Amino acid sequence: MAHPENEVLAHLAEIVSEETGIDTAEIQMDKSFTDDLDIDSLSMMTIVTLAEEKFDVRIPDEEVKNLVTVGDAVKFIAAQD
Amino acid sequence: MNVVITGLGATTPLGGDVPSTWEAALAGKSGVRTLEYDWVEKYRVPITIAGQLVVRPDEVLTRPEMKRMDPMSQYAIVATREAWTDAGSPEVDPLRLGTVVSTGIGGVWTMLDAWDTVRDRGPERVLPLSVPMLMPNSATAYVELELGAKAGAHAVVSACASGAEALAVAYDMIQSGRADIVVAGGTEAAIHPLPISTFAAMKTLSKRLDDPERASRPYDVDRDGFVLGEGAAVMVLESEEHAVARGARIRARLLGTGRTADGYHIAAPEPTGDGQKRAMLAAVEQAGLTLADISHINAHATSTPVGDPIEARGIRDLLGGHTDDVLVSATKSMTGHLLGGAGALESVFTIKALEDRKAPPTINVDNPDPDLAINLVRNTPGALPASGDLAAINNSFGFGGHNVALVFGSA
Repeated sequence: MAHPENEVLAHLAEIVSEETGIDTAEIQMDKSFTDDLDIDSLSMMTIVTLAEEKFDVRIPDEEVKNLVTVGDAVKFIAAQD
Repeated sequence: MNVVITGLGATTPLGGDVPSTWEAALAGKSGVRTLEYDWVEKYRVPITIAGQLVVRPDEVLTRPEMKRMDPMSQYAIVATREAWTDAGSPEVDPLRLGTVVSTGIGGVWTMLDAWDTVRDRGPERVLPLSVPMLMPNSATAYVELELGAKAGAHAVVSACASGAEALAVAYDMIQSGRADIVVAGGTEAAIHPLPISTFAAMKTLSKRLDDPERASRPYDVDRDGFVLGEGAAVMVLESEEHAVARGARIRARLLGTGRTADGYHIAAPEPTGDGQKRAMLAAVEQAGLTLADISHINAHATSTPVGDPIEARGIRDLLGGHTDDVLVSATKSMTGHLLGGAGALESVFTIKALEDRKAPPTINVDNPDPDLAINLVRNTPGALPASGDLAAINNSFGFGGHNVALVFGSA
């Protein structure tokens, strides 16, 4: 069962917040992981690993580079079954 | 080039910083308590006491900081921040700033948690930061990042002598002109079922589980092994020239270092104490002093039946007629054995002893070993000479026959 986008955003924001210390309120759909949230590659890998577990999805390595914004990640995760 | 100490920091079983740790030490308190973790019962851990931190890192670090560092690095960062602030948060060219923060075992918690993950949940669940967290250089690297140090970041490993050896390497870095300031020390976070079990399997840990505060008893006839401790101590070492130029408060001097090996056994010290004595002599010689100039020794003295007397005899052999004039303290009686952190914490105690002119007590010596014949400070602090420059030795000896002696002097 795919997850609704607003739920995915809420959980993903929590994961990102735990990893970075950034307030969940600032983790919005339009924010770029690298440019706006200052997340480096190791932190991104950590977020991906935690998101895979949280949402029980697979996010292939070659897909990660396409997830530029928080919204990209939310939409990708929400679309997985 | 003279090497001075301008900042001290620590997080220990006696306190969350140097002042509280030292106050507790002078008062003869014990930091050893019964372990209250659920894993003690779950894994039937054979030894249920240890010297545990008074202030847990989650009380002072942010959650993101906690998550990206193994506990051994967390402790090192806490101690580093105190030391750096104590030194006046100096302005220094990053190319002239280095770090040497050692550990004996490394990121054992991260290593074992990651292994549990592989086994129980699969390799794809292992967190990407696991390697940077578990690698033994992690503590020195995180300190390097914290301070932006670029002269060099090192982590020397010599088991229970690691923390002292870190200070010796820092001394060399400054003496050789590689750096003006080096932040150095040691850390260990090994209160975990595996290290406890392996040390217990060597029959090297005290079994006085019903009386934790009295279990660590160096030089007492009823000592039956050491007590594990955790924590970190870090200090800011600086060239005297650099310290004076910036108007820094100099707390003490690192006058000389001695490092030798026993060439004898993978864990037991060489029985004649030759390697230990050579280290003490080398340090005193490098300091440009003689043994007659020494008024205090912080002994390694872990509370093992075999180890304590070897060191005591060695001290006696070296000091000869001067033995009664030298106050010896065995502070592991209060903190337990911080493994990679021990040499650094005990160097902090040595420096504080010089500053306050008080040698800390050795507690739990109800019946001193009759072979002792050194001037052991028991129960209450011992007074060091009230005036004049003082010099003291800190000994650290590690499994594998590593002997490190450091000579500190008054500011």
